[in-house]
Amino acid sequence: MKPRNWAVVVGMALALLLAAGCGGGERQQSRADFHVGLVFDVGGLGDKSFNDLAYQGLLRARDERGVSFEYFEPTQSSDREAALRLYAQGDADLIIGVGFLFTDDINGVADDFPEKQFICVDYSWNEGREIPPNVVGLKFREEEGSFLVGALAAMVSETGTIGFIGGMDIPLIHKFQAGYQAGARHINSEMRVLINYAGVTGAAFKNPAKGKELALAQYEQGADIIFHASGSTGLGVFEAARAKERLAIGVDADQSAEAPGYVLTSMIKRVDRAVYDEVARALEGRFESGVRVFGLKEEGVDYVRDASNRQWVTAEREARLSAIAEQIAAGEIEVPAE
Amino acid sequence: MDVLSFGWCAGAPLRRTAAYMLPILAALCVALLLATGIALLLGVAPVELWRLLVSRFGPYAWGQVLYKATFLIFTGLAVALAFGAGLFNIGAEGQAIVGSLACALAGLAFAGAPGWLQLPAAVGAAFLGGALWGLIPGWLKARWGSHEVINTIMLNFVALALSNFLITRYLGLPETVRTAEVGSGAFLSRLDAWIPAMRGSAANASLWLAVACVVGAHFFLHHTSLGLTMRAVGRGRRQSWMLGISPGPRIVLAFGIAGGLAGLVGTNFVLGYKHYYEDGFSGGIGFLGIAVALLARNEPLAVVPAALLFGVLSQAGLVVNTLLPREVVEILTGVILLVFIVGEQMRVRWKRRRGALPPAGGGGEEPA
Repeated sequence: MKPRNWAVVVGMALALLLAAGCGGGERQQSRADFHVGLVFDVGGLGDKSFNDLAYQGLLRARDERGVSFEYFEPTQSSDREAALRLYAQGDADLIIGVGFLFTDDINGVADDFPEKQFICVDYSWNEGREIPPNVVGLKFREEEGSFLVGALAAMVSETGTIGFIGGMDIPLIHKFQAGYQAGARHINSEMRVLINYAGVTGAAFKNPAKGKELALAQYEQGADIIFHASGSTGLGVFEAARAKERLAIGVDADQSAEAPGYVLTSMIKRVDRAVYDEVARALEGRFESGVRVFGLKEEGVDYVRDASNRQWVTAEREARLSAIAEQIAAGEIEVPAE
Repeated sequence: MDVLSFGWCAGAPLRRTAAYMLPILAALCVALLLATGIALLLGVAPVELWRLLVSRFGPYAWGQVLYKATFLIFTGLAVALAFGAGLFNIGAEGQAIVGSLACALAGLAFAGAPGWLQLPAAVGAAFLGGALWGLIPGWLKARWGSHEVINTIMLNFVALALSNFLITRYLGLPETVRTAEVGSGAFLSRLDAWIPAMRGSAANASLWLAVACVVGAHFFLHHTSLGLTMRAVGRGRRQSWMLGISPGPRIVLAFGIAGGLAGLVGTNFVLGYKHYYEDGFSGGIGFLGIAVALLARNEPLAVVPAALLFGVLSQAGLVVNTLLPREVVEILTGVILLVFIVGEQMRVRWKRRRGALPPAGGGGEEPA
């Protein structure tokens, strides 16, 4: 390259940097006073799945957009609303509740604080219900992602038996179970699916010992793959997979690091991206109330396929799953949600 | 054994009150000091912590304290009253769950009934539901002598599972873990109707019911012959039997009333706050009731300040959560109880050495 061309390139780079710098300066002004309050679900921080994902979305908003935030982990049901109100009364501009349990609390508090904005992750909402003008509800079609990992499990399973371990026995977790079962039977109608739930209280989402016990029992009964949807209870499922040298399927985030070599795949729920996007919209003044649904079509749910699990997710299987995903997105396959 | 002279009925009113209030106030001071110390250890400036605490402890926060204390008054009473008859009621959690569920179901069933009937039906169902759950271990104890600690603990799990089963299978609305709303005639008004500054707070009229129960329990234990003989059973089952007091019915009754009191938790949550039953709402209030009763030394009147103390602690933990992790409140609760138990033992021994109390085994462990 000739010296003169160099000068042009450097000049252009400098101009770009300058422009970026100016843009950054503008954003700095708007972000200085943008404060977010986040209230967690019972599982709390450190569940390595859905609560942590919401937190990661917020961390990204802090690092990339400079918003400040504080959070609370409630133990009692009344503390959910109390924490939401605390943030709404304080200097928070945007308040996030993580979990379907927040639906009623957020609707109530949002009515009392019309000047504040609210996001509810896993908002429970039915067609035709009204939603306050300052609330965004995020919904995920977990059953669609679960359908895909169920189908994959049926393709990989050698014993013809697979397992499912849920956390608390509630409708939200039944969606995972229903999709998984339907996916497995879509591939092999003879597939046997063992089902267990860790418990009947919120504690069922943070009981790894119970998760391990249930997983060991299912492996004993011939299951060679177990899908869990149980928060940190699932950490016990991975431990059982390692001990028995069988496979497990992670949930919400890519959980392959929990038991390297024994994680078939993970059903991904992109809570982090959805939270980040909504915070960014609010920050830019583009907040718009309503319910946003994230299914396969919207790329809100997916499953992990990379070098770590290529031995199971072969190109042929991946193509087959992609075809199924397209059929689901197009509405040709109907995935049950309960 | 002079049954009349032990407990609350001994000593001058002022000294009596001080004997119950001072340890509770001391516990609060210890908690605040410890919290400041933990903040220092975690590298949080104590000034910052106190500023946050004071600035966020407005009328709304005090309303929340009252709301939480209402739960704890009911469950604390449930433990204290059973202990009056010498019974350890570890089952307030389960009794509260069954009572609240019954409360919501009655509120739903009577939704079409005339307004004046809805509230008494729902409150009555809350009491009866809890009482039913209390009568089971009471009867097992009286009839078969099976240990109430084991039975009440196990019945907690049964109640939790039962609630979950009914809500997820039959009673819950789609995509939720709660029932429909009870009839509006059963709603209890919020305190913010009288004190507008508390706006949004969950505190409600069930607080008055709780206070009435405290007074009622005190009167029952100390001023009725049934309450007196019940306490005699608590003192010594064999001795009271020899005195012609039959322990069995009193054990069953004590557990029934205790369960009913715990069940009244439903008035606070269902009728006063949410207007529906939600699975998993209890979150350990029954177990915290044991701590409340311990701090109140099983005296009904002292349950109120003890419940307020834990209400303040819980709300304070919430408002400073940005600076101190949630676990700190749990640690403080444990430390307070330990300090209190050890202090109480030391006090009793010291008094005994001075001859102010009869020796161990002769009765009279309460403050003189």
